Amino acid sequence: MPTSAALLEGKKGLVLGVANDRSIAWGIAKAAHENGARMAFTYQGDALLKRIKPLIDTLGEGNVLMPCDVTSDADMDAVFASLKEQWGTIDFVVHAVAFSDKEQLKGHYKDTTRDNFRQTMDISVFSFTDVARRASAIMNDGGSMITLTYYGAERVMPHYNVMGVAKAALEASVRYLAADLGERGIRVNAISAGPIKTLAAMGIGDFRHILKWNEFNSPLQRNVSIDDVGGSGLYLLSDLSKGVTGEVHHVDSGYHTVGMLNMNSVAEVADLLASIKKE
Amino acid sequence: MSDVAERVKKIVVEHLGVEEAKVTDTASFIDDLGADSLDTVELVMAFEEEFGCEIPDDAAEKILTVKDAIEFIESHSG
Repeated sequence: MPTSAALLEGKKGLVLGVANDRSIAWGIAKAAHENGARMAFTYQGDALLKRIKPLIDTLGEGNVLMPCDVTSDADMDAVFASLKEQWGTIDFVVHAVAFSDKEQLKGHYKDTTRDNFRQTMDISVFSFTDVARRASAIMNDGGSMITLTYYGAERVMPHYNVMGVAKAALEASVRYLAADLGERGIRVNAISAGPIKTLAAMGIGDFRHILKWNEFNSPLQRNVSIDDVGGSGLYLLSDLSKGVTGEVHHVDSGYHTVGMLNMNSVAEVADLLASIKKE
Repeated sequence: MSDVAERVKKIVVEHLGVEEAKVTDTASFIDDLGADSLDTVELVMAFEEEFGCEIPDDAAEKILTVKDAIEFIESHSG
C-alpha cells in the first residue's frame, strides 16, 4: 500500500471544470497536487482563463492549462493530441463539467425546452463519455476516472430540474463506462457531493435553502467543503480504491441516508421554513 | 462613509482589481468597473461572506452598482 504522503506520486491527470478557488474540482486538484500528481487543466474562454491561471500558477511547474469547449470535437482532439505529445500517457481524469440554461433551473421540470435539454445532456453527460473514450486511449492500465454528480439525480430537489435528469444519465454512464474499461483495470466512479456554494451552484434557484436544509438535516449536521470532497476524490483517484468501480460515492454528510428531518435541528428547521414561507 | 460602504468598496477593489477612486457609489460593476457576468456572482458571494447575510436570487439580480450593494446590505444586516 502506498504511503499517505504520496498517493499519486508520478501520476499525471486531466482535470476539466475548475472555474475558481471555490470549485469542487479545485478541491480535488489541491489534494492530488499535495500527493504528487501533475495535472493538465482545461478552461473554456477568457473569463475562465482569467480565474484559473493564478490558481494553476500556485501549483508550480509541470502543470499545464489548455483551452477546451467540451462540445467541440476539434477542441477535444487538440486537448488529447497535446496530452499525448507532452506526456505520452495519463493516469487519471477529473470531470467536473455541467451546464444548463439558468432560467430553467427554477420553476418546473416540465417546462424544459428541447434545445436546453439537448445542450444540458451534451455538456453535462455526453462530455464525460467522450472524455472517457479519448482518455482511455492514452491511459495507463489501472487508471482512474471520476465525475461529479448530485443527489438530485436520485430524488427530486426543487429547481434542480433537467440537471437532475442529466445527473441520473451521468450516473448510469459511470456504470457502463466502468464495464467497458474494467478489463484494463481502469476504474470509473462518481462523487455525489452535498451542496457546496460554488459559482455553478449560484445558478440553481433558491440554492441557499438547499444548503441550509442539508446543514440542519444531515447526520453530520454540517455542509461539506471542497476539501472534504478533495479527500474522497484523492481516494478514488489513487490505488487506495483499486477495488472500487462503477460506484456513486456520496460525500454529503450522510444526507442521502435520512428519511425525515433531524430532530436535533427542529428549531432551526422551523425558522428556515418560516423564512421561506415569508418570501 | 459608512462602515458598510467602506467594506463593500474594499471587496470591489480587491475582487475586480480596480483603482479605489473608480469605485464610486454610482459605479456600475459591468459598465464602469469592467466586471464580467461571473464577477457579479462572485461579488455577491463575497458580500454574503463578509456581512454574514443572505442575498436572495431576485435581489442579487438587482445589485448592479456599488450603491445597490451598500443599500441592500445596510437594510438586511445587523
